[in-house]
Amino acid sequence: MTSNLKIQIVAYNTIVRKEVLRFSRIWKQTLIPPVITNILYFIIFGNLIGERIGEIESFRYTDFIFPGLLLMSVITHSYTNTVSSLYISKYHRYIEELLVSPIENYTILAGYITGGVIRGISVGIVVIIAAQLFITFTVSNIMLMLLVILLSSTLFSMCGFLNGLFANDWDDINVIPTFIMTPLTYLGGIFFSISMLPGIWKDIALINPILYLINALRYSMLGITDVSIVFAFFIILIFNLIMVSLCLYFLNIGQGLRS
Amino acid sequence: MDSLALTIKELTKTYSNGFKALHGINLEIPHGDFFALLGPNGAGKSTTIGIITSLIKKTSGEIKIYDIDIDKDFVTAKTHIGLVPQEVNFNTFEPIHEIIVNQAGYYGVPRNIAIPEAEQLLKKLGLWEKRKQFSRKLSGGMQRRLMVARALIHKPKLLILDEPTAGADVEVRRLMWDYLKFLNENGTTIILTTHYLEEAENLCKNIAIIDDGKILENSSMKDFLSQLKNEKFILYTENKISKEFTLKGHRFSVIDDNTIEVSLSTESDINSLINELSNKGIKVKSLKNKTSRLEELFMRLVVKNDK
Repeated sequence: MTSNLKIQIVAYNTIVRKEVLRFSRIWKQTLIPPVITNILYFIIFGNLIGERIGEIESFRYTDFIFPGLLLMSVITHSYTNTVSSLYISKYHRYIEELLVSPIENYTILAGYITGGVIRGISVGIVVIIAAQLFITFTVSNIMLMLLVILLSSTLFSMCGFLNGLFANDWDDINVIPTFIMTPLTYLGGIFFSISMLPGIWKDIALINPILYLINALRYSMLGITDVSIVFAFFIILIFNLIMVSLCLYFLNIGQGLRS
Repeated sequence: MDSLALTIKELTKTYSNGFKALHGINLEIPHGDFFALLGPNGAGKSTTIGIITSLIKKTSGEIKIYDIDIDKDFVTAKTHIGLVPQEVNFNTFEPIHEIIVNQAGYYGVPRNIAIPEAEQLLKKLGLWEKRKQFSRKLSGGMQRRLMVARALIHKPKLLILDEPTAGADVEVRRLMWDYLKFLNENGTTIILTTHYLEEAENLCKNIAIIDDGKILENSSMKDFLSQLKNEKFILYTENKISKEFTLKGHRFSVIDDNTIEVSLSTESDINSLINELSNKGIKVKSLKNKTSRLEELFMRLVVKNDK
């Protein structure tokens, strides 16, 4: 093993450890809120409204919406973890600890992304545990489910990282989650099947990338999907590739980090 | 050892707003040196340090750390550098011990090696008892020492300190000076920027003065100080001195009844002046330099450059 590779591996482990400790220390802020939010969703949308809606594609409404809610929790927290961690380290300037050290940019990116993925998956696990009181937990293909969660979490960790690089103040870290992610997630078919949408709305829904993530996860859990699963994976992989290229490009030019 | 710790060739920096911070500076700092990089605010000191440590991107020029070009092998080059920045930049929610061990990790030092190293360093700098505290709970002086510990955990050969004693009280400053002297005597090359010129004069072997992004002076401290033709002393006397007091061959000004200021050529002997005063019945109780010699020269150079 070359000395550079050794340095990068130790540095990567250090960043990941630091990131995991960071969100674990504040578990009341990072792990509990998604449980409460999801329980509220199950009570209101699942039990109260869901009983009037009835079944969708032979699944109880609560069971139908669960993959979407799970995905929403995972991607939101993966995103939040990287954007807040990166921005706070810029704000307090301790990002300089990394910048002055012999860490390659790809190691910095990998460390932050892994931190975001671990947070996303941790949130996913607590949400699944909490959901047992309300749903019939079904998994059609466990490997596929894990892969979709991993790729979605990676994708949104990178989105958060990119947002963190460009963020100049606290408002900037909330703009994308509020004005882009949340609307796209809600319109991405968490609560409905796009087959229920009329004409043009169905076509509009198909340009929303989050629709493919939700359907890929729903397929891995319930075995049903509104879109081609192969195409959904193609979209997920393409977006991952685009995001990793953008993150590395902006890291290499020192965007938001080096003047 | 004759090797160069740092080589800077034709380094320029123009910021995105068009401000030209460095105009092609050149510097060579030998291994084992204690080097002062001095200049007024905005002269280009922090930009130079920022570029060496890769916090700032250079516009053009070349930098070598122990003969390693930072553009060709920044990983190896950076393992040789430790930086104590001007401002405190810790994760305030991280315990002190973690800050040090994590920093070691960023330099590729595994935790099992970093933990005992951190213990040794924190004990040496008087921070071991505070190791579990968050850095925000430390006093200003302790935070300064923590920054030094963080910069040293990977045992760099070149330590760069950007105004390490700014805002520190006298005790902390003295402690820091002693520790820096100890490090230098044990082989660490040190580059220091400071506004306390007395600090640079006492500690540094070589000096560069930078202003408006240009190096105005680069020589040994001894050679630089020898440029001073006159020194001003303040003499405190036991006897009262009248305002009309004169002494042939010397320029005096009487500050108060027991204090006089005298300008003396560097070739003159202060003892003969004291003897002459004694012959006139004036006993000198104590004396001091009016300003540090370095400050005197620094001001002349910088003011001249401003004109």
